[in-house]
Amino acid sequence: MVAKERFKAIFGNYLFILPALGMFLIFSVYPFFKVFQLSVFQWDGIMPTMKFVGLSHFKDILFRNPTWWQSVGNGAYITFLALTFQNCLAFVLALLVDRGIKGGKIYRVIFYLPPILSGIVVGLIWNWIYNGDYGLLNYALKALGLAGIQRAWLAEPKTALTSVAIIHMWRGFGWGFIIMLAGLQNIPRELYEAAKVDGANKWQMLRRITVPLMIPVFVLVSILTILGCMQIYALIVATTGGGPGYHTEVPVTRIISSMLGQSQFGYACAMGILFGLILLTASMIQLRISRRIKQE
Amino acid sequence: MKDSVLFYKIEKILGWIRDHFFLILVSLSCVFPLVWMLSSALKTQATVFSDMSLFPAHPQWGNFYLAWTKGGFGIYFFNSIFYTLTVVIGVVFIASLAAYAFARLEFPGKNIFFYLFLATLMIPLPGAFIALYVLLMKLHLVNTRLGYILIQINGGLALGIFLLKTFFERMPRDLEDAARIDGCGKFGIYWRVALPLAKPAIAVVVIFNALTVWNEYLLAMLLLSNKSLMPLQRGLMIFQGAHVTQYPLLMAGITITVIPIVLMYIVMQKYIIAGITAGAVTG
Repeated sequence: MVAKERFKAIFGNYLFILPALGMFLIFSVYPFFKVFQLSVFQWDGIMPTMKFVGLSHFKDILFRNPTWWQSVGNGAYITFLALTFQNCLAFVLALLVDRGIKGGKIYRVIFYLPPILSGIVVGLIWNWIYNGDYGLLNYALKALGLAGIQRAWLAEPKTALTSVAIIHMWRGFGWGFIIMLAGLQNIPRELYEAAKVDGANKWQMLRRITVPLMIPVFVLVSILTILGCMQIYALIVATTGGGPGYHTEVPVTRIISSMLGQSQFGYACAMGILFGLILLTASMIQLRISRRIKQE
Repeated sequence: MKDSVLFYKIEKILGWIRDHFFLILVSLSCVFPLVWMLSSALKTQATVFSDMSLFPAHPQWGNFYLAWTKGGFGIYFFNSIFYTLTVVIGVVFIASLAAYAFARLEFPGKNIFFYLFLATLMIPLPGAFIALYVLLMKLHLVNTRLGYILIQINGGLALGIFLLKTFFERMPRDLEDAARIDGCGKFGIYWRVALPLAKPAIAVVVIFNALTVWNEYLLAMLLLSNKSLMPLQRGLMIFQGAHVTQYPLLMAGITITVIPIVLMYIVMQKYIIAGITAGAVTG
């Protein structure tokens, strides 16, 4: 009798997680394994027949697909710019606002405005700013007497990728700012007071107190920046569509075009897995580095 | 002595001006593209490329009407609202049920299940949408509202469960105990006591998911080919593809897309910032 009661209670408790678990198994766990399964087959996504090809998709991607590596390189380029310029700007702004500057709250609200906009919206607006014929940027350059450097910013191979990266950083710095500001506000003020008593100047306090204590936050922001930049997609769709040529192709646009453009579902899955490994490795390296810095 | 005090003061004021100058410059760069969008939405097709003023002399408010009706943004708008509401309600209900169980109830395998959910926040698998597409095809849910909604509810569960579990664990047990003594069942305690108390955490979950769903593009592109089912982000790309040069209407469409999210942001920014920080710490 007691056992039956207990069983009933446990069963009742399971009912609480059942909806979540059901959805999770169907829409997270199943696709996870399905991607690995599909990656070793040749399949167009429609026909019932699938041809087993082993690891040949992976081999092809690794050794015979320069476009794929170009897209990874493009993603890495955007990521590099974001890690340096975007995050430095975010940190400087966070430092300024953290000092209790007047209007800090208003700045905080404004800086977080671009991050709440979608990649599509941001891309479509900036498209026009960059436009070669009637864009705002060229108009401003002309007004400044710099007509010589006017160009179709998103359509020329030389400038397209950097122009996209600038849009991405414009959208992203406010997010880094918010997290870094939260980190700065967690640093106990007494540390600064004590340093002041000891005669430390601002620069010394920044180097000896702020930066060391912010390292975990820097690592977090860096990892999330990498994950976010490498998986950029909507912004590319709304601005260049990957062009000119393959100059702004990124991994996700390649995966999608393998899947929908060439109907190579298995190949696209293999790309996804390799790309996932790249992301995982990048995050691991970041964590390693931070651990080593902490030990020192 | 007096000189050095004066010098110190001047230095302080100069620093203050420099800081604010920089902050204001960055603020302007954040706001300007949005102002430009709005101003262009109010120009005519004839003046939009030549009139560089921020406040057009004859604002064409009719552009919004045209975008709403002829551009189809009215339909896209209602679709976006519908998807956002259903996904948010789904996530809050399903995630809070599970989170309550993880925080307060006992059952075998509890920790394993919880870490399984957490793992999805940590492990990126960029190709998962291919398998999801295949799955939905098998279930005949491609190009349906239900398929698009279910996937996104699932997408919001892990973070929702994590945030709400943390909140439920910190909640004092007294009220729940009192309810139990009054004869309340497990579900009754969750529904009448725990859930109402969790409002601040639920607000974070609501906003985080509302932003994600409102701005979602990839899945909408992959799954929805019927115009009457498309949300705004997808509709914008469709409109741009069909009318490349109709900038004022496109900008009006973007404005329609942006206004709800900006309004929500201004009203609830406290929770949004809390959500970002929490999301970052777990992600």
